[in-house]
Amino acid sequence: MSNKSAHQPPRWADRFLEWYCRSEILEDLQGDLYEHFERNTISKGKRKAKQIYCLDVLKFFRPYTIRKFKIVNNITSFIMFKNYFKTSVRSIARNKLFSAINVIGLAVSMSIGLLMITFISEVTSFDRFHTDGDRVYRVNNKYQYQQEDPTNFATTSVAMDERIKENIPGIESQVLMTRGFGGDAKLGDKIIPISGLWASEGFTDVFSFEVLRGNPETMLSEPHSVVLTDETAEKIFGIADPMGQTFQLGEDIFTVTGVIRNPPFNSHFTFGALGSYITFMNKNGVGEKGERWKNAWNNMWMNYVYVKLEPNTRVEDVNQKLLALGETESEKYEHITITASLQPLYGIMAGPDLSNNIGNSIGGEIIWILGALTLVVLLSAGFNYTNLSIARSLRRSKEVGVRKVVGATKGQIFNQFITEATIISLISVVFAYLLFMLIKPQFLGLDPSIQRSLQLNITPILFLYFFGFAILVGILAGFFPALFLSKLQAVQALKNAGSTKLFSKVNMRKVLIVIQFTLSMAFIISASIAYTQFKYALGFDLGFKTENVLNVRLEGNDWQKVQTAFSSIPEITQISKSSMITSTGSTYAADMKYGGDSTELFYNDIDENYLELMGHELIAGVNFDKKTPDTDETEIILNEAALKRFNLGTPYEAIGKQVEVDNKDVTIIGVVKDFHYNKIEEGIESFGFRSNNQGFYNVNLKISSTDLPATMNKLENAWNELDPVHEFDSKFYNEQIQSAYSQYQIMGTIVGFLAVLTVSIAALGLLGMAVYTAETRMKEISIRKVLGATEGSLISLLTRGFMWLLLISAALAIPLTYLFFEQKILNDIENRASIGVLELFTGVIIIFGIGILTIGSQVRKAARANPAQTLRSE
Amino acid sequence: MKGTNLGEFEEIALLTILVLKDDAYGVSIKREINEQGKRNISRGALHTALSRLEEKGLLTSKQGQGNEDRGGRPKRYYEVSNKGLAALQEAKEVRDQLWSQVPAFRLQ
Repeated sequence: MSNKSAHQPPRWADRFLEWYCRSEILEDLQGDLYEHFERNTISKGKRKAKQIYCLDVLKFFRPYTIRKFKIVNNITSFIMFKNYFKTSVRSIARNKLFSAINVIGLAVSMSIGLLMITFISEVTSFDRFHTDGDRVYRVNNKYQYQQEDPTNFATTSVAMDERIKENIPGIESQVLMTRGFGGDAKLGDKIIPISGLWASEGFTDVFSFEVLRGNPETMLSEPHSVVLTDETAEKIFGIADPMGQTFQLGEDIFTVTGVIRNPPFNSHFTFGALGSYITFMNKNGVGEKGERWKNAWNNMWMNYVYVKLEPNTRVEDVNQKLLALGETESEKYEHITITASLQPLYGIMAGPDLSNNIGNSIGGEIIWILGALTLVVLLSAGFNYTNLSIARSLRRSKEVGVRKVVGATKGQIFNQFITEATIISLISVVFAYLLFMLIKPQFLGLDPSIQRSLQLNITPILFLYFFGFAILVGILAGFFPALFLSKLQAVQALKNAGSTKLFSKVNMRKVLIVIQFTLSMAFIISASIAYTQFKYALGFDLGFKTENVLNVRLEGNDWQKVQTAFSSIPEITQISKSSMITSTGSTYAADMKYGGDSTELFYNDIDENYLELMGHELIAGVNFDKKTPDTDETEIILNEAALKRFNLGTPYEAIGKQVEVDNKDVTIIGVVKDFHYNKIEEGIESFGFRSNNQGFYNVNLKISSTDLPATMNKLENAWNELDPVHEFDSKFYNEQIQSAYSQYQIMGTIVGFLAVLTVSIAALGLLGMAVYTAETRMKEISIRKVLGATEGSLISLLTRGFMWLLLISAALAIPLTYLFFEQKILNDIENRASIGVLELFTGVIIIFGIGILTIGSQVRKAARANPAQTLRSE
Repeated sequence: MKGTNLGEFEEIALLTILVLKDDAYGVSIKREINEQGKRNISRGALHTALSRLEEKGLLTSKQGQGNEDRGGRPKRYYEVSNKGLAALQEAKEVRDQLWSQVPAFRLQ
């Protein structure tokens, strides 16, 4: 029945016709179309004929040609399902090794899949408890300094709140919040530290946190009102009713006007107390200075504005108005452009990583990266299934042949094998769940920030997702084997089951193996690169000394007292104070002007002991003198980069010159050697040490001790005597730097873990293939052996094929990973370890080792077998 | 009488089948109509018409031999049934009768 004419009408059109057309008229209709096609090919050319054919097929799609819904067929499938199930279970049970390889591989990879599902479903479920949350948006600012790359902030200005109220219609309610509410609450002689936000009246309109006590409408409208969470209320007042009670906070007395239930875990921000915004406004927004503060478009570092739009307001309209508003307002500023846009409440947790975020956000990027990695691991296990099933299909071909002869359709065979794959993946998901419970705490423990923002709770709906996921994996993994087997021709399958012709298209198997191993190698290489970079960052010479320096948070205590207390401990050799800890990723910045030019100056406020303690090298000039807290800021010590930036000449020339920092004139009294004040990925720009002498938050202690635990104990005791309220918060400088680079460590851990998984999955697959090859070629091996082949030559014969595949994988993996890291990841990093031959080749060597071990073990067994035994049983 | 009234296209199709005698199947019918009627009809329309005529009992059809041009598929040959012949006859009579009554000068 094959078509012997040279020309073929398009396959898809033909299939489509066969699919929809009733069988009674199909033959005749198709015949007509073919004849016509043939004629058209001669008269109008091949292309035109094909076009006409397709058009005709589509035109025949009419009610009377469409086949009737075959209910009978469906019932058969249903009845047959029982049979498929039985055959599948038997086949799984019979091939224990292959089933085990498949189940283990799938279970391992699916456990990661389950983790991802839980992770994503949790991240996307954040903030869903707010009524009408789909209409709530946060106003995010975009800050651009001159023509530099803009930075996105979660914060905005106080002025923005006002301008939105005045200029933008269609907003139902809005709330302004500012960080920094809190401190030590005093009630009698009890001191309890509280922290929270200043919040305007709209808070309860925009958000739906559960109000336990008080009137939601008015509880934040009076000055000196405070709303506590139930947890904070209990801390302060114990079991007594907190409503109407007062306590002292700083210089003010606050009255409790409401109690809100502690923000649920899946809220993107959290607070212990809310201060009425009007209190904050009355304090800061009065007088000339206050007016300036209120209207400053660039005062955008602490405040959050959330709006709830009216149901029929379009987000694009509001965004457009915000953009226009931002452009107009920014005209008042010389160098900066600040515009704003809305971010949906539901998208905050999984949204982009913004500066000054109000709480923890996971970041959409991370979700994508983790998702992609998971997919890779899943693919690897899926490939295993596909490969092994296709390899084994030789054995199943007789079964397929018989089924077809008895009357099974292609579709039924397909269903049968899909069923089998699904059963395997359902078994796997059970094991996967157990593994998932094991790796979940490990994942949460990777980083404190993950632990703070995620719990990975298992909800009932998740089980449904898991089930669906298992079915999906089964269908995808079983798709190719099922397609392959269902295509077998009954006659061929029965007549000549061993014929290699049947399996001429199995090159796909090799492609899959190559992909698997390329990925495995890429993973190992990535993990080792990440580790090298981490090591490099830790061992990097920052330009000052961090050894044995302990940084202690001052917690607002009186400096004199702290100094006295710590100085009495003999192990402390030096002591100084600073506003921030450099080189750990955060920076302070001020505006610096000189000779009509201006730039951002990164800075740290320090005292006279700091430079010496940290081992900074003064190239020229002198250190600061001892200052009292009320001395004006008149001096500055700059780094070399700042001199270069402003053309201030050599360090010696620069001394004595006047520059302007934050609108104050200061004299350069010293020049310090360039050092890495930021993380080493960033370059070195203008930096200055200031002596503002007010905002000190840290005490730096140089310790020289032989018994560190004892010294730490002494320090803690001294602290507790001094300040019983706050905990002794101290960290060694080196540890702080280490945690600043924890991203590399986390990345290394995750990728390393996945590397182990993919490698083991790939190795399992390889083992399966090796077992299979050895089994099917047993006779060949025996004959070769009888004819005089040595063990060695047999091993090389059987191993050669696999080794080629591994070599191809290595040839792909090395350059791809190298380029990926060079171009994408390490590209923006200023100081980085170079990727060495060692990192690149470790992966390859490991994979080759594992590959040779797996294949070798099987091949050796085959090569050593006694040929007489194999050949006798014919 | 309703139901046996022939449409214009149906009449043409039936007549073409009669003209083609033993060689009336999908492709040949279409070609004949194209050539004689100097019009291009769509395959779908023709096939629809043929199957409707068969349903009405004005046509019968049988499977024939396949050949290479057709990818080995058999042809379906159509034949006009007695009922079909009667319907054609009737249609012709109606027309002839009308024609005979048209005054000659009207046609000039």
